[in-house]
Amino acid sequence: MGGAGAIQVPATSLLALAAILFCIGLYGALTRRNLIIVLVSIELMLNAANINLVTFSRLGASPGLHGQVFALFTITVAAAEIAVGLALLLAAFRTRRSTHVEDMDQHKW
Amino acid sequence: MQILWTPEMIAFFLISLAILACAVMLLSFQKVIYMALAIGGVFIGCAALYILLGAEFVGISQVLIYAGAITILLMFAIMLTNHEAVEPEARWTVRRVFSALGCLALAAVLWFVIRSVQWPQGDAATDINQGHPNAVAIGLMLFKTYTIPFELVSLLLIVALVGAVILARPPKEGE
Repeated sequence: MGGAGAIQVPATSLLALAAILFCIGLYGALTRRNLIIVLVSIELMLNAANINLVTFSRLGASPGLHGQVFALFTITVAAAEIAVGLALLLAAFRTRRSTHVEDMDQHKW
Repeated sequence: MQILWTPEMIAFFLISLAILACAVMLLSFQKVIYMALAIGGVFIGCAALYILLGAEFVGISQVLIYAGAITILLMFAIMLTNHEAVEPEARWTVRRVFSALGCLALAAVLWFVIRSVQWPQGDAATDINQGHPNAVAIGLMLFKTYTIPFELVSLLLIVALVGAVILARPPKEGE
């Protein structure tokens, strides 16, 4: 544990895990009907990107802390995103009485 | 590829199994509140993965922000809207089939790219924390190298939270 010492997990496995997680999140965001679950799926995709950042920070060509700092920034921006997203969802629910994506098609042309 | 069954590898397999199981459960549950619980499992699994990779500070932040704050915020949002909402029964509509095929194709492309690229291995013995504990090293980097992005992110957080309060506030009478 900690910074020193070689880690035995190959980077390929970690990247593959992140790719699968990203695809699950994408499928959820494309097919789910509930707006909250769409937001959750987007969070899943952000998490997959974070796994890649931390992986490269440890197992990349030049190990360093930059990846971890970038992951922290991503977490912060994701928190801001979910706060604004849920506030929008509550405002939309107040006028439409629904959180389903089909009911939000007023601006569809 | 020869798999070395080191303790780290076993831990990695268990953690990734848990993450993927929670992610699949997230998509297969019918009740929305169960989905929020499943996403908590995914977040905690990711935190365990970060700690396995030696990023303790990011792992703890993940537990605090994602598994703590965001999951609870999602629960509140579900409770404040129609909390008995269920996903409609899964039907294989055209849109669903194309989404599934697209995601599978993306996964296949990513898999082939990951397999075919020879990832350059850095010097694994370098101490990325430069002798400090992980939190100290990240703090030094945040306040020395990344001062301006750090301040900008704090500004973004303030704007986002104030905006969220204004958006979610019920409209006053006569407005």
